[in-house]
Amino acid sequence: MSSVASDTKDRPAEPQHGPSFLWRNRFQIAIIGMLVVLYAVFLIGDWRTYTSFDIYRSFMISIPFFGIMALAATYVVTLGEIDLSFPSIYGLAGWAFSAVYVASGSFPVAFVVCILVGVVGGLVNGLLVTKIGIPSIVATIGTMFLWRGLVNVLTQGQGIPIAQITDDPWHKLFVGQIPLGGPVVIPAQFIWFVAAALFFGVLFKRHRFGSHVLFVGDDEQSARMMGIHVDRVKIACFVILGVSAAFSSVFLLNQMLFFWATTGDGYLLTTLAAVFIGGTSVFGGKGTMIGTFVGVLIIASLEPGIISIGLSGFWTQFVYGLLITISVSIYALMLKRG
Amino acid sequence: MSETEPLLVLRNIRKSFGRVEVLKGIDLEIGKGEIVALVGDNGAGKSTLIKVITGVHKPSAGEIVFKGQPITLKNVQASRLLGIETVYQERALADQQELWRNIFAGRELTRFLGFLDVAAQKRETGRLMRSGMGLTSRAITVDSEVKGLSGGEKQSVAIGRALYFDADLIILDEPTMGLSLKETERVLAFVRSIREQGKSAIFIDHNIFHVHDTADRFVILDRGRVVGQFHRSELTHQQLVDMMIALHEAGQVA
Ligand SMILES: Nc1ncnc2c1ncn2[C@@H]1O[C@H](COP(=O)(O)OP(=O)(O)O)[C@@H](O)[C@H]1O
Ligand SMILES: [Mg+2]
Repeated sequence: MSSVASDTKDRPAEPQHGPSFLWRNRFQIAIIGMLVVLYAVFLIGDWRTYTSFDIYRSFMISIPFFGIMALAATYVVTLGEIDLSFPSIYGLAGWAFSAVYVASGSFPVAFVVCILVGVVGGLVNGLLVTKIGIPSIVATIGTMFLWRGLVNVLTQGQGIPIAQITDDPWHKLFVGQIPLGGPVVIPAQFIWFVAAALFFGVLFKRHRFGSHVLFVGDDEQSARMMGIHVDRVKIACFVILGVSAAFSSVFLLNQMLFFWATTGDGYLLTTLAAVFIGGTSVFGGKGTMIGTFVGVLIIASLEPGIISIGLSGFWTQFVYGLLITISVSIYALMLKRG
Repeated sequence: MSETEPLLVLRNIRKSFGRVEVLKGIDLEIGKGEIVALVGDNGAGKSTLIKVITGVHKPSAGEIVFKGQPITLKNVQASRLLGIETVYQERALADQQELWRNIFAGRELTRFLGFLDVAAQKRETGRLMRSGMGLTSRAITVDSEVKGLSGGEKQSVAIGRALYFDADLIILDEPTMGLSLKETERVLAFVRSIREQGKSAIFIDHNIFHVHDTADRFVILDRGRVVGQFHRSELTHQQLVDMMIALHEAGQVA
């Protein structure tokens, strides 16, 4: 403590009336409310399906395929940046995993190469944005085509079957089924997803790194003046997303047992939609990992939910659009008032 | 370090942005326990000069000597570690973040492996608010975002942050800008208290009365050059005012 601060007598703490718990967590509360309403509709529309465990098991199988990326993308969006290339990194890393696995027969080797591809993909994005100075939306359009194009060249459009991987002991670690008695079986990848959510959540709000991400996203100039290594923080966020994309592809491939040249392509908009529905601000400086987590649950439940309550699949996109538009409008209004 | 040796010496500091030379060879000394005012028109290069001292900008040429040692400042962390704290003109706060994050931005209190000691950051922020910063409004807590604060309150946060870290040299760039009379008085009292602690300060302000009442020495900057230096005893208020007007009109010190 400086002596200026301490030579004035500390006053007794007055009762403080700062922002209340509810107000501070208004974004998280809004989205959890949305999830509750949605499930109320599903339960009313199709009681049988939504009271049996099967549908939740199928959610738990498929959610991690994009959910982990949504958690990681929360960092990039909080920076006020965007990444459109992670589905292509997913594809390239997935190709590396399959090709190396087929060639070497070693799961760990394939896994390490796959993750390295994710690191390089994220690093390239981060360097383009910070050192070359290209806005992230433009830079990652470039790398999106670059990595997907590379996959096309490498595979000539051919897929890679990896059915033999089910005999590998590592396979179970990623997509094994964990019986909890009766019909309740938890897919391993869902445990990974929950672990990732806890890890990313703590890193975000309770670690120096997360504090720096928030500060950089909020005011880059201030962050620089406070000695935060702005470029390093940004590069790290892109790498986290690249690695998460690579990691997620391992789950998908172990579940599907086949690599397609298009692997990962469908996840761009669902992943980003989950982040934005979750309440992370596109302007940067404000983000919530709980919001993204719930956003992922909402996005994943929509399509099956729409069908099971008796609407045709043609409604899916319309309902997505409705939900995204309404939620981001609510958040924007909250931000204006706050 | 001897008693008479200056705390900070700048020798022939130059800084260009692209082809524009903003600092054209600055020589400056700051003594121990001395408060030096930098005065000069907008665009004279005052903020740029202090950003060279804090490591925000790298000088294009010149030498910085701090506590007798020549130093190169790779970044802001480096100057902070040496004991230089700054209240930037821009305040360098992040609007949407809580006070407890703003106070410790860039040098968070951590427990292990970089995990924040949130409780300590909140506790210290609370203590600083009640004592050093004078933020006693019941509507403001350590969890408040900067966004909702008044200009004076924001400045209190920026100054409180600089004082917390017990620096040897405190730099304040136009700290009274946009403040009420009462808030301004408080800031000037802060600046004077720096000298009482035997620390040094560089103080930038456009108000000649603030400068004359507070600083030991005035350094006049004009278009990237030091054009005059005076001890407080050498000049009255009025002479300083006249000099600034002459500089403004004729472009040189009379
Ligand atoms: N980062 C920068 N890039 C380019 N020009 C700059 C930059 N910072 C300051 N300048 C220019 O340098 C000159 C001095 O600015 P500044 O140091 O802010 O002056 P003062 O603080 O004395 O008003 C101005 O002409 C300003 O436009
Ligand atoms: Mg200035």
